[in-house]
Amino acid sequence: MDFQTAVFFFLSAILIFAALRVITARNPVYAALHLMLAFFTTGGIWLMLQAEFLAIALIVVYVGAVMVLFLFVVMMLDINIDRIREGFWRYLPLGAVLGLLMVLEMGLVLGSKYFQVPLAEATVPAGVSNTREIGALLVTDYVLPFELAAVILLVGMIAAVVLTFRGVKKSKISNPNTQVFVKAKDRIRVLQMPVEKD
Amino acid sequence: MDAVMNFGQGIFGGAWIAVWTLLKIVLIVAPLMLGVAYLTYFERKVIGFMQQRIGPNRVGPLGLIQPIADGLKLLLKEIIVPSGSSKAVFIIAPMLAIAPALAAWAVVPFTDTLVLANIDASLLYILAITSMGVYGVILSGWASNSKYAFLGAMRSAAQMVSYEIAMGFALITVLMIAGSLNFVEIVNGQNKGMFADMGLGFLSWNWLPLLPMFLVYLISGTAELNRAPFDIAEGESEIVAGFHVEYSGMAFALFFLAEYANMILVAALTSILFLGGWLSPVGFLPDGIWWMFAKMSFVLFLFLWFRATFPRYRYDLLMRLGWKVFLPLCFFWVIIVGVWMITPLNIWN
Repeated sequence: MDFQTAVFFFLSAILIFAALRVITARNPVYAALHLMLAFFTTGGIWLMLQAEFLAIALIVVYVGAVMVLFLFVVMMLDINIDRIREGFWRYLPLGAVLGLLMVLEMGLVLGSKYFQVPLAEATVPAGVSNTREIGALLVTDYVLPFELAAVILLVGMIAAVVLTFRGVKKSKISNPNTQVFVKAKDRIRVLQMPVEKD
Repeated sequence: MDAVMNFGQGIFGGAWIAVWTLLKIVLIVAPLMLGVAYLTYFERKVIGFMQQRIGPNRVGPLGLIQPIADGLKLLLKEIIVPSGSSKAVFIIAPMLAIAPALAAWAVVPFTDTLVLANIDASLLYILAITSMGVYGVILSGWASNSKYAFLGAMRSAAQMVSYEIAMGFALITVLMIAGSLNFVEIVNGQNKGMFADMGLGFLSWNWLPLLPMFLVYLISGTAELNRAPFDIAEGESEIVAGFHVEYSGMAFALFFLAEYANMILVAALTSILFLGGWLSPVGFLPDGIWWMFAKMSFVLFLFLWFRATFPRYRYDLLMRLGWKVFLPLCFFWVIIVGVWMITPLNIWN
Protein backbone atom coordinates (compact mmCIF):
# COMPACT_ATOMS: atom_id res chain seq x y z
CA MET A 1 0.00 0.00 0.00
CA ASP A 2 1.54 3.27 -1.03
CA PHE A 3 1.49 6.41 1.06
CA GLN A 4 -1.41 8.07 -0.77
CA THR A 5 -3.69 5.09 -0.30
CA ALA A 6 -2.81 4.98 3.38
CA VAL A 7 -3.70 8.68 3.75
CA PHE A 8 -6.94 8.10 1.86
CA PHE A 9 -7.97 5.26 4.18
CA PHE A 10 -7.00 7.28 7.23
CA LEU A 11 -9.11 10.26 6.10
CA SER A 12 -12.05 8.07 5.05
CA ALA A 13 -12.06 6.29 8.39
CA ILE A 14 -12.25 9.62 10.20
CA LEU A 15 -14.90 10.85 7.77
CA ILE A 16 -17.13 7.82 8.26
CA PHE A 17 -16.75 7.97 12.03
CA ALA A 18 -17.53 11.71 12.09
CA ALA A 19 -20.53 11.31 9.79
CA LEU A 20 -21.91 8.52 11.99
CA ARG A 21 -21.47 10.63 15.10
CA VAL A 22 -23.31 13.53 13.45
CA ILE A 23 -26.50 11.49 13.40
CA THR A 24 -25.96 9.51 16.62
CA ALA A 25 -24.63 12.17 19.01
CA ARG A 26 -27.24 13.07 21.63
CA ASN A 27 -25.91 16.55 22.24
CA PRO A 28 -26.54 18.82 19.22
CA VAL A 29 -23.30 20.73 19.86
CA TYR A 30 -21.33 17.49 19.56
CA ALA A 31 -23.24 16.66 16.38
CA ALA A 32 -22.30 20.07 14.92
CA LEU A 33 -18.67 19.58 15.92
CA HIS A 34 -18.55 16.20 14.21
CA LEU A 35 -20.13 17.73 11.12
CA MET A 36 -17.30 20.26 11.13
CA LEU A 37 -14.77 17.43 11.39
CA ALA A 38 -16.51 15.67 8.49
CA PHE A 39 -16.26 18.80 6.29
CA PHE A 40 -12.61 19.25 7.15
CA THR A 41 -11.79 15.63 6.36
CA THR A 42 -13.69 15.86 3.08
CA GLY A 43 -11.54 18.87 2.27
CA GLY A 44 -8.50 16.64 2.84
CA ILE A 45 -9.83 13.97 0.48
CA TRP A 46 -10.60 16.55 -2.22
CA LEU A 47 -7.09 17.88 -1.81
CA MET A 48 -5.81 14.38 -2.62
CA LEU A 49 -7.84 14.54 -5.85
CA GLN A 50 -5.85 17.71 -6.71
CA ALA A 51 -8.98 19.85 -6.40
CA GLU A 52 -7.27 22.34 -4.11
CA PHE A 53 -9.61 25.22 -4.86
CA LEU A 54 -12.73 23.24 -4.04
CA ALA A 55 -11.13 21.80 -0.90
CA ILE A 56 -10.12 25.22 0.40
CA ALA A 57 -13.47 26.74 -0.60
CA LEU A 58 -15.24 23.97 1.33
CA ILE A 59 -13.22 24.76 4.43
CA VAL A 60 -13.55 28.56 4.11
CA VAL A 61 -17.28 28.49 3.43
CA TYR A 62 -18.57 25.59 5.49
CA VAL A 63 -16.11 25.16 8.33
CA GLY A 64 -15.11 28.81 8.60
CA ALA A 65 -18.48 30.48 8.22
CA VAL A 66 -21.57 28.29 8.02
CA MET A 67 -20.69 25.97 10.90
CA VAL A 68 -19.72 28.91 13.13
CA LEU A 69 -23.20 30.38 12.72
CA PHE A 70 -24.69 26.92 13.12
CA LEU A 71 -22.84 26.41 16.40
CA PHE A 72 -24.01 29.85 17.51
CA VAL A 73 -27.63 28.85 17.06
CA VAL A 74 -27.25 25.36 18.48
CA MET A 75 -25.48 26.62 21.59
CA MET A 76 -28.16 29.24 22.25
CA LEU A 77 -31.05 26.81 21.88
CA ASP A 78 -32.35 25.02 24.90
CA ILE A 79 -32.99 21.70 23.23
CA ASN A 80 -35.01 19.04 24.97
CA ILE A 81 -33.55 15.79 23.65
CA ASP A 82 -36.46 13.60 24.77
CA ARG A 83 -38.92 15.70 22.81
CA ILE A 84 -36.76 15.47 19.70
CA ARG A 85 -36.60 11.71 19.98
CA GLU A 86 -40.40 11.38 20.37
CA GLY A 87 -41.15 11.38 16.66
CA PHE A 88 -38.34 8.96 15.79
CA TRP A 89 -40.49 5.98 14.80
CA ARG A 90 -43.05 8.12 13.00
CA TYR A 91 -40.42 9.72 10.76
CA LEU A 92 -38.32 6.59 10.31
CA PRO A 93 -40.03 5.22 7.14
CA LEU A 94 -39.80 8.53 5.27
CA GLY A 95 -36.20 9.01 6.39
CA ALA A 96 -35.29 5.48 5.35
CA VAL A 97 -36.80 5.95 1.87
CA LEU A 98 -34.93 9.22 1.36
CA GLY A 99 -31.71 7.69 2.62
CA LEU A 100 -32.04 4.68 0.33
CA LEU A 101 -32.70 6.97 -2.63
CA MET A 102 -29.57 8.96 -1.88
CA VAL A 103 -27.46 5.82 -1.51
CA LEU A 104 -28.81 4.61 -4.85
CA GLU A 105 -27.99 7.89 -6.56
CA MET A 106 -24.50 7.95 -5.13
CA GLY A 107 -23.96 4.35 -6.15
CA LEU A 108 -25.02 5.17 -9.71
CA VAL A 109 -22.65 8.12 -9.94
CA LEU A 110 -19.68 6.47 -8.29
CA GLY A 111 -20.26 3.12 -9.97
CA SER A 112 -20.78 4.55 -13.43
CA LYS A 113 -17.52 2.97 -14.56
CA TYR A 114 -19.04 -0.46 -13.97
CA PHE A 115 -22.24 0.45 -15.82
CA GLN A 116 -20.18 1.42 -18.90
CA VAL A 117 -21.18 5.08 -18.78
CA PRO A 118 -18.40 7.22 -20.29
CA LEU A 119 -17.24 9.45 -17.49
CA ALA A 120 -15.60 12.80 -18.09
CA GLU A 121 -12.56 12.28 -15.94
CA ALA A 122 -10.56 15.43 -15.47
CA THR A 123 -6.86 14.86 -15.64
CA VAL A 124 -4.76 17.68 -14.31
CA PRO A 125 -1.45 18.22 -16.02
CA ALA A 126 1.37 19.34 -13.76
CA GLY A 127 1.84 23.08 -13.44
CA VAL A 128 -1.80 23.99 -14.05
CA SER A 129 -3.35 25.99 -11.23
CA ASN A 130 -6.94 24.87 -10.98
CA THR A 131 -7.84 28.02 -9.05
CA ARG A 132 -6.85 30.05 -12.10
CA GLU A 133 -8.67 27.64 -14.44
CA ILE A 134 -11.90 27.75 -12.43
CA GLY A 135 -11.67 31.53 -12.24
CA ALA A 136 -11.18 31.83 -16.00
CA LEU A 137 -14.09 29.47 -16.72
CA LEU A 138 -16.41 31.28 -14.32
CA VAL A 139 -16.07 34.61 -16.16
CA THR A 140 -16.06 33.19 -19.70
CA ASP A 141 -18.07 30.03 -20.42
CA TYR A 142 -20.15 30.01 -17.24
CA VAL A 143 -20.62 33.75 -16.72
CA LEU A 144 -24.43 33.56 -16.94
CA PRO A 145 -24.93 30.75 -14.38
CA PHE A 146 -22.36 32.49 -12.18
CA GLU A 147 -24.25 35.79 -12.30
CA LEU A 148 -27.53 33.92 -11.74
CA ALA A 149 -26.14 32.29 -8.60
CA ALA A 150 -24.99 35.69 -7.38
CA VAL A 151 -28.48 37.14 -7.95
CA ILE A 152 -30.08 34.24 -6.05
CA LEU A 153 -27.72 34.84 -3.13
CA LEU A 154 -28.57 38.54 -3.22
CA VAL A 155 -32.29 37.73 -3.13
CA GLY A 156 -31.67 35.44 -0.16
CA MET A 157 -29.73 38.19 1.61
CA ILE A 158 -32.44 40.80 1.00
CA ALA A 159 -35.10 38.32 2.14
CA ALA A 160 -33.21 37.72 5.40
CA VAL A 161 -32.92 41.47 5.98
CA VAL A 162 -36.62 42.02 5.23
CA LEU A 163 -37.65 39.23 7.61
CA THR A 164 -35.72 40.66 10.55
CA PHE A 165 -35.99 44.38 9.83
CA ARG A 166 -38.10 46.20 12.40
CA GLY A 167 -38.09 49.69 10.92
CA VAL A 168 -35.61 52.52 11.28
CA LYS A 169 -35.13 54.19 14.60
CA LYS A 170 -35.74 57.80 13.74
CA SER A 171 -34.01 59.42 16.66
CA LYS A 172 -32.02 58.32 19.67
CA ILE A 173 -32.67 61.52 21.61
CA SER A 174 -34.44 60.79 24.88
CA ASN A 175 -37.02 63.09 26.34
CA PRO A 176 -36.17 63.96 29.95
CA ASN A 177 -39.79 64.79 30.63
CA THR A 178 -40.91 61.20 30.06
CA GLN A 179 -37.78 59.84 31.75
CA VAL A 180 -38.67 61.54 35.02
CA PHE A 181 -42.10 59.97 35.18
CA VAL A 182 -40.95 56.41 34.57
CA LYS A 183 -41.93 53.88 37.23
CA ALA A 184 -40.24 50.59 37.99
CA LYS A 185 -43.20 48.54 36.77
CA ASP A 186 -42.97 50.16 33.31
CA ARG A 187 -39.47 48.87 32.86
CA ILE A 188 -39.20 45.60 34.75
CA ARG A 189 -41.50 42.61 34.73
CA VAL A 190 -40.91 39.91 37.32
CA LEU A 191 -41.73 36.49 35.96
CA GLN A 192 -42.30 33.33 37.93
CA MET A 193 -40.39 30.48 36.34
CA PRO A 194 -40.34 26.89 37.56
CA VAL A 195 -36.89 25.55 38.42
CA GLU A 196 -35.46 23.32 35.74
CA LYS A 197 -33.54 20.25 36.77
CA ASP A 198 -31.66 17.86 34.55
CA MET B 1 23.13 22.76 1.60
CA ASP B 2 23.71 19.96 -0.91
CA ALA B 3 26.07 18.28 1.53
CA VAL B 4 23.34 18.24 4.18
CA MET B 5 20.82 16.83 1.70
CA ASN B 6 23.20 14.08 0.56
CA PHE B 7 24.12 13.23 4.15
CA GLY B 8 20.44 12.93 5.13
CA GLN B 9 19.66 10.90 2.03
CA GLY B 10 22.41 8.51 2.99
CA ILE B 11 21.14 7.96 6.51
CA PHE B 12 17.35 7.98 6.12
CA GLY B 13 16.99 6.90 2.49
CA GLY B 14 13.42 7.27 1.24
CA ALA B 15 12.13 8.64 4.56
CA TRP B 16 14.53 11.61 4.28
CA ILE B 17 11.90 13.89 2.71
CA ALA B 18 9.62 13.38 5.73
CA VAL B 19 12.50 13.91 8.18
CA TRP B 20 13.67 17.01 6.29
CA THR B 21 10.14 18.47 6.32
CA LEU B 22 9.81 17.81 10.05
CA LEU B 23 13.15 19.52 10.55
CA LYS B 24 11.96 22.55 8.62
CA ILE B 25 8.78 22.65 10.72
CA VAL B 26 10.89 22.67 13.89
CA LEU B 27 13.02 25.43 12.38
CA ILE B 28 9.89 27.55 11.95
CA VAL B 29 7.99 26.68 15.13
CA ALA B 30 10.87 26.89 17.61
CA PRO B 31 11.86 30.51 16.72
CA LEU B 32 8.15 31.33 16.55
CA MET B 33 7.59 30.15 20.13
CA LEU B 34 10.69 32.06 21.24
CA GLY B 35 9.32 35.06 19.36
CA VAL B 36 6.01 34.72 21.20
CA ALA B 37 7.80 34.60 24.56
CA TYR B 38 9.83 37.70 23.81
CA LEU B 39 6.89 39.49 22.22
CA THR B 40 5.19 39.41 25.64
CA TYR B 41 8.38 40.88 27.15
CA PHE B 42 8.56 43.49 24.39
CA GLU B 43 4.91 44.36 24.96
CA ARG B 44 5.36 44.87 28.68
CA LYS B 45 8.50 46.94 28.17
CA VAL B 46 7.02 49.12 25.41
CA ILE B 47 3.77 49.75 27.25
CA GLY B 48 5.79 50.34 30.40
CA PHE B 49 7.83 53.06 28.72
CA MET B 50 4.73 54.59 27.17
CA GLN B 51 3.16 54.78 30.63
CA GLN B 52 6.30 56.14 32.34
CA ARG B 53 7.04 52.83 34.05
CA ILE B 54 10.01 50.50 33.80
CA GLY B 55 8.30 47.22 33.03
CA PRO B 56 9.69 43.83 34.05
CA ASN B 57 13.23 44.28 35.40
CA ARG B 58 13.70 41.73 38.21
CA VAL B 59 14.28 38.33 36.59
CA GLY B 60 17.66 38.36 34.89
CA PRO B 61 19.45 41.40 33.43
CA LEU B 62 16.85 43.95 32.24
CA GLY B 63 14.20 41.36 33.13
CA LEU B 64 15.16 39.31 30.07
CA ILE B 65 14.42 35.95 31.73
CA GLN B 66 10.90 37.10 32.69
CA PRO B 67 9.06 35.30 29.80
CA ILE B 68 10.85 32.03 30.63
CA ALA B 69 9.87 32.39 34.29
CA ASP B 70 6.26 33.07 33.29
CA GLY B 71 6.21 30.05 31.02
CA LEU B 72 7.64 27.84 33.74
CA LYS B 73 5.04 29.06 36.21
CA LEU B 74 2.21 28.27 33.78
CA LEU B 75 3.67 24.83 33.07
CA LEU B 76 3.62 23.90 36.74
CA LYS B 77 0.13 25.18 37.52
CA GLU B 78 -2.81 22.86 37.86
CA ILE B 79 -5.46 22.83 35.15
CA ILE B 80 -8.83 23.10 36.83
CA VAL B 81 -11.82 21.74 34.92
CA PRO B 82 -15.00 23.52 36.08
CA SER B 83 -17.84 21.36 37.34
CA GLY B 84 -20.68 20.87 34.88
CA SER B 85 -18.38 21.64 31.97
CA SER B 86 -18.08 19.52 28.88
CA LYS B 87 -14.72 18.01 29.71
CA ALA B 88 -13.63 16.74 26.30
CA VAL B 89 -14.45 20.00 24.55
CA PHE B 90 -12.89 21.96 27.39
CA ILE B 91 -9.58 20.18 26.76
CA ILE B 92 -9.82 20.26 22.95
CA ALA B 93 -10.67 24.00 22.68
CA PRO B 94 -7.16 25.34 23.46
CA MET B 95 -5.72 22.88 20.94
CA LEU B 96 -8.17 24.15 18.32
CA ALA B 97 -6.93 27.65 19.08
CA ILE B 98 -3.22 26.93 18.72
CA ALA B 99 -3.34 24.48 15.79
CA PRO B 100 -4.46 26.99 13.10
CA ALA B 101 -2.08 29.60 14.51
CA LEU B 102 0.81 27.22 13.82
CA ALA B 103 -0.50 25.55 10.65
CA ALA B 104 -0.84 28.89 8.88
CA TRP B 105 2.95 29.33 8.96
CA ALA B 106 3.38 26.49 6.47
CA VAL B 107 2.95 28.83 3.49
CA VAL B 108 4.47 32.04 4.84
CA PRO B 109 7.64 32.87 2.88
CA PHE B 110 10.56 34.57 4.63
CA THR B 111 12.54 35.09 1.42
CA ASP B 112 11.76 33.96 -2.13
CA THR B 113 13.30 30.56 -1.46
CA LEU B 114 12.90 30.21 2.30
CA VAL B 115 9.36 28.84 2.59
CA LEU B 116 8.09 25.48 3.87
CA ALA B 117 5.44 24.95 1.17
CA ASN B 118 5.47 27.28 -1.82
CA ILE B 119 1.97 26.33 -2.95
CA ASP B 120 -0.03 27.99 -5.67
CA ALA B 121 -2.99 29.04 -3.56
CA SER B 122 -1.16 30.16 -0.43
CA LEU B 123 -3.45 33.15 0.12
CA LEU B 124 -6.53 30.92 0.02
CA TYR B 125 -4.84 28.47 2.37
CA ILE B 126 -4.18 31.25 4.87
CA LEU B 127 -7.81 32.38 4.62
CA ALA B 128 -9.06 28.84 5.22
CA ILE B 129 -6.75 28.08 8.14
CA THR B 130 -7.18 31.37 9.96
CA SER B 131 -10.95 31.12 9.65
CA MET B 132 -10.71 27.98 11.82
CA GLY B 133 -9.23 29.96 14.70
CA VAL B 134 -12.64 31.10 15.88
CA TYR B 135 -13.55 27.57 17.01
CA GLY B 136 -11.11 27.59 19.91
CA VAL B 137 -12.82 30.72 21.18
CA ILE B 138 -16.42 29.58 20.74
CA LEU B 139 -15.87 26.10 22.12
CA SER B 140 -13.89 27.25 25.14
CA GLY B 141 -16.69 29.66 25.96
CA TRP B 142 -19.36 27.02 25.61
CA ALA B 143 -17.51 24.20 27.35
CA SER B 144 -16.57 26.29 30.41
CA ASN B 145 -20.16 26.31 31.71
CA SER B 146 -19.77 29.92 32.74
CA LYS B 147 -21.76 33.04 31.82
CA TYR B 148 -18.72 35.26 31.44
CA ALA B 149 -16.90 32.80 29.24
CA PHE B 150 -19.98 32.30 27.09
CA LEU B 151 -20.59 36.03 26.68
CA GLY B 152 -16.95 36.55 25.79
CA ALA B 153 -17.09 33.75 23.24
CA MET B 154 -20.23 35.15 21.62
CA ARG B 155 -18.77 38.64 21.38
CA SER B 156 -15.50 37.45 20.02
CA ALA B 157 -17.02 35.07 17.48
CA ALA B 158 -19.34 37.77 16.13
CA GLN B 159 -16.41 40.16 15.91
CA MET B 160 -14.10 37.70 14.17
CA VAL B 161 -16.72 36.67 11.62
CA SER B 162 -17.54 40.33 10.84
CA TYR B 163 -13.99 41.51 10.36
CA GLU B 164 -12.98 38.46 8.36
CA ILE B 165 -15.10 39.83 5.50
CA ALA B 166 -13.39 43.23 5.41
CA MET B 167 -10.04 41.48 5.67
CA GLY B 168 -10.95 39.16 2.79
CA PHE B 169 -11.84 42.12 0.58
CA ALA B 170 -8.57 43.84 1.37
CA LEU B 171 -6.85 40.64 0.24
CA ILE B 172 -8.93 40.59 -2.95
CA THR B 173 -7.55 43.98 -4.05
CA VAL B 174 -4.03 42.71 -3.42
CA LEU B 175 -4.53 39.59 -5.49
CA MET B 176 -6.21 41.64 -8.23
CA ILE B 177 -3.12 43.72 -8.79
CA ALA B 178 -0.71 40.83 -8.21
CA GLY B 179 -2.65 38.47 -10.48
CA SER B 180 -1.63 35.59 -8.26
CA LEU B 181 -2.54 33.84 -5.01
CA ASN B 182 1.07 32.90 -4.36
CA PHE B 183 2.87 34.95 -1.72
CA VAL B 184 6.26 34.81 -3.44
CA GLU B 185 4.75 36.18 -6.64
CA ILE B 186 2.79 38.82 -4.70
CA VAL B 187 6.03 40.08 -3.14
CA ASN B 188 7.99 39.92 -6.39
CA GLY B 189 5.19 41.85 -8.10
CA GLN B 190 5.84 44.75 -5.71
CA ASN B 191 9.43 45.03 -6.94
CA LYS B 192 8.59 46.66 -10.25
CA GLY B 193 7.18 49.95 -11.42
CA MET B 194 8.37 53.51 -11.81
CA PHE B 195 9.66 54.00 -8.26
CA ALA B 196 11.39 50.62 -8.08
CA ASP B 197 13.33 51.52 -11.23
CA MET B 198 14.34 54.82 -9.63
CA GLY B 199 15.71 52.90 -6.64
CA LEU B 200 12.92 53.97 -4.29
CA GLY B 201 11.38 50.52 -3.87
CA PHE B 202 9.32 51.38 -0.80
CA LEU B 203 7.12 53.68 -2.89
CA SER B 204 6.17 50.87 -5.27
CA TRP B 205 5.02 48.51 -2.52
CA ASN B 206 1.30 47.89 -2.26
CA TRP B 207 0.75 50.12 0.76
CA LEU B 208 0.84 53.28 -1.33
CA PRO B 209 -1.54 52.52 -4.23
CA LEU B 210 -3.77 50.52 -1.87
CA LEU B 211 -3.48 52.84 1.12
CA PRO B 212 -7.16 52.57 2.20
CA MET B 213 -7.01 48.79 1.94
CA PHE B 214 -3.76 48.72 3.88
CA LEU B 215 -5.42 50.61 6.72
CA VAL B 216 -8.52 48.40 6.53
CA TYR B 217 -6.34 45.32 6.68
CA LEU B 218 -4.31 46.58 9.60
CA ILE B 219 -7.37 47.64 11.62
CA SER B 220 -9.33 44.49 10.75
CA GLY B 221 -6.27 42.47 11.66
CA THR B 222 -6.22 44.10 15.08
CA ALA B 223 -9.93 43.33 15.47
CA GLU B 224 -9.45 39.78 14.23
CA LEU B 225 -6.78 39.22 16.87
CA ASN B 226 -9.09 40.55 19.60
CA ARG B 227 -6.39 43.04 20.49
CA ALA B 228 -6.93 46.43 22.10
CA PRO B 229 -8.78 48.66 21.22
CA PHE B 230 -11.02 45.85 19.92
CA ASP B 231 -10.55 43.54 22.91
CA ILE B 232 -14.20 43.48 23.90
CA ALA B 233 -13.94 39.70 23.89
CA GLU B 234 -11.77 39.98 26.97
CA GLY B 235 -13.25 43.18 28.36
CA GLU B 236 -11.65 42.94 31.80
CA SER B 237 -14.00 45.49 33.32
CA GLU B 238 -17.18 43.82 32.02
CA ILE B 239 -16.70 40.09 31.62
CA VAL B 240 -13.45 39.55 33.53
CA ALA B 241 -11.40 37.93 30.78
CA GLY B 242 -13.95 36.55 28.37
CA PHE B 243 -13.71 33.12 26.87
CA HIS B 244 -10.64 31.90 28.76
CA VAL B 245 -11.70 33.00 32.24
CA GLU B 246 -12.05 29.38 33.44
CA TYR B 247 -8.71 28.23 32.07
CA SER B 248 -5.55 27.93 34.10
CA GLY B 249 -2.05 26.57 33.72
CA MET B 250 -0.94 25.25 30.35
CA ALA B 251 -4.47 25.31 28.88
CA PHE B 252 -4.54 29.07 29.42
CA ALA B 253 -0.99 29.33 28.10
CA LEU B 254 -2.10 27.70 24.83
CA PHE B 255 -4.66 30.48 24.25
CA PHE B 256 -1.98 33.00 25.05
CA LEU B 257 0.49 31.37 22.65
CA ALA B 258 -2.19 31.23 19.94
CA GLU B 259 -3.02 34.92 20.36
CA TYR B 260 0.59 36.02 20.10
CA ALA B 261 1.45 33.57 17.31
CA ASN B 262 -1.51 35.03 15.40
CA MET B 263 -0.19 38.52 16.08
CA ILE B 264 3.14 37.59 14.54
CA LEU B 265 1.29 35.93 11.65
CA VAL B 266 -0.77 39.03 10.88
CA ALA B 267 2.42 41.10 11.10
CA ALA B 268 4.10 38.74 8.62
CA LEU B 269 1.11 38.85 6.26
CA THR B 270 0.94 42.65 6.41
CA SER B 271 4.64 42.79 5.55
CA ILE B 272 4.22 40.36 2.66
CA LEU B 273 1.04 41.78 1.17
CA PHE B 274 1.54 45.51 1.65
CA LEU B 275 5.10 46.24 2.77
CA GLY B 276 7.05 44.28 0.22
CA GLY B 277 8.15 41.33 2.37
CA TRP B 278 11.90 40.77 2.10
CA LEU B 279 12.40 43.55 -0.47
CA SER B 280 14.77 46.33 0.38
CA PRO B 281 13.18 49.81 0.64
CA VAL B 282 15.95 51.47 -1.37
CA GLY B 283 17.85 50.28 -4.41
CA PHE B 284 21.41 50.39 -3.05
CA LEU B 285 20.76 47.97 -0.15
CA PRO B 286 20.38 44.22 -0.81
CA ASP B 287 17.08 42.38 -0.28
CA GLY B 288 17.01 39.83 2.49
CA ILE B 289 15.25 38.16 5.37
CA TRP B 290 16.28 40.97 7.76
CA TRP B 291 13.93 43.38 5.96
CA MET B 292 11.10 40.91 6.53
CA PHE B 293 11.87 40.73 10.24
CA ALA B 294 12.26 44.50 10.48
CA LYS B 295 8.86 45.04 8.87
CA MET B 296 7.23 42.41 11.08
CA SER B 297 8.72 44.07 14.17
CA PHE B 298 7.38 47.42 13.01
CA VAL B 299 3.83 46.06 12.58
CA LEU B 300 4.04 44.29 15.95
CA PHE B 301 5.16 47.56 17.51
CA LEU B 302 2.09 49.20 15.95
CA PHE B 303 -0.16 46.66 17.72
CA LEU B 304 1.47 47.43 21.07
CA TRP B 305 1.29 51.15 20.34
CA PHE B 306 -2.45 50.85 19.63
CA ARG B 307 -2.92 49.06 22.91
CA ALA B 308 -1.17 51.76 24.90
CA THR B 309 -2.97 54.57 23.08
CA PHE B 310 -6.63 53.83 22.40
CA PRO B 311 -9.44 53.16 24.86
CA ARG B 312 -11.63 50.12 24.21
CA TYR B 313 -14.28 50.42 21.48
CA ARG B 314 -17.92 50.10 22.43
CA TYR B 315 -19.53 46.96 21.02
CA ASP B 316 -22.10 48.62 18.74
CA LEU B 317 -19.48 51.02 17.37
CA LEU B 318 -17.23 48.06 16.64
CA MET B 319 -19.94 46.31 14.63
CA ARG B 320 -20.79 49.58 12.88
CA LEU B 321 -17.16 50.09 11.89
CA GLY B 322 -16.91 46.59 10.47
CA TRP B 323 -20.18 46.41 8.55
CA LYS B 324 -21.09 49.99 7.69
CA VAL B 325 -17.69 51.62 7.17
CA PHE B 326 -15.14 49.01 6.12
CA LEU B 327 -17.37 46.83 3.98
CA PRO B 328 -18.71 49.63 1.71
CA LEU B 329 -15.21 51.10 1.53
CA CYS B 330 -13.89 47.72 0.41
CA PHE B 331 -16.58 47.27 -2.26
CA PHE B 332 -15.85 50.75 -3.53
CA TRP B 333 -12.09 50.22 -3.63
CA VAL B 334 -12.37 46.86 -5.40
CA ILE B 335 -14.32 48.63 -8.16
CA ILE B 336 -11.82 51.53 -8.24
CA VAL B 337 -8.87 49.17 -8.58
CA GLY B 338 -10.71 47.16 -11.23
CA VAL B 339 -11.40 50.27 -13.30
CA TRP B 340 -7.89 51.58 -12.69
CA MET B 341 -6.45 48.34 -14.04
CA ILE B 342 -8.24 48.57 -17.41
CA THR B 343 -7.42 52.22 -18.02
CA PRO B 344 -4.10 53.30 -19.62
CA LEU B 345 -3.07 54.61 -16.18
CA ASN B 346 -2.58 51.02 -15.00
CA ILE B 347 0.68 50.81 -13.09
CA TRP B 348 0.72 47.04 -12.59
CA ASN B 349 1.65 45.75 -16.01
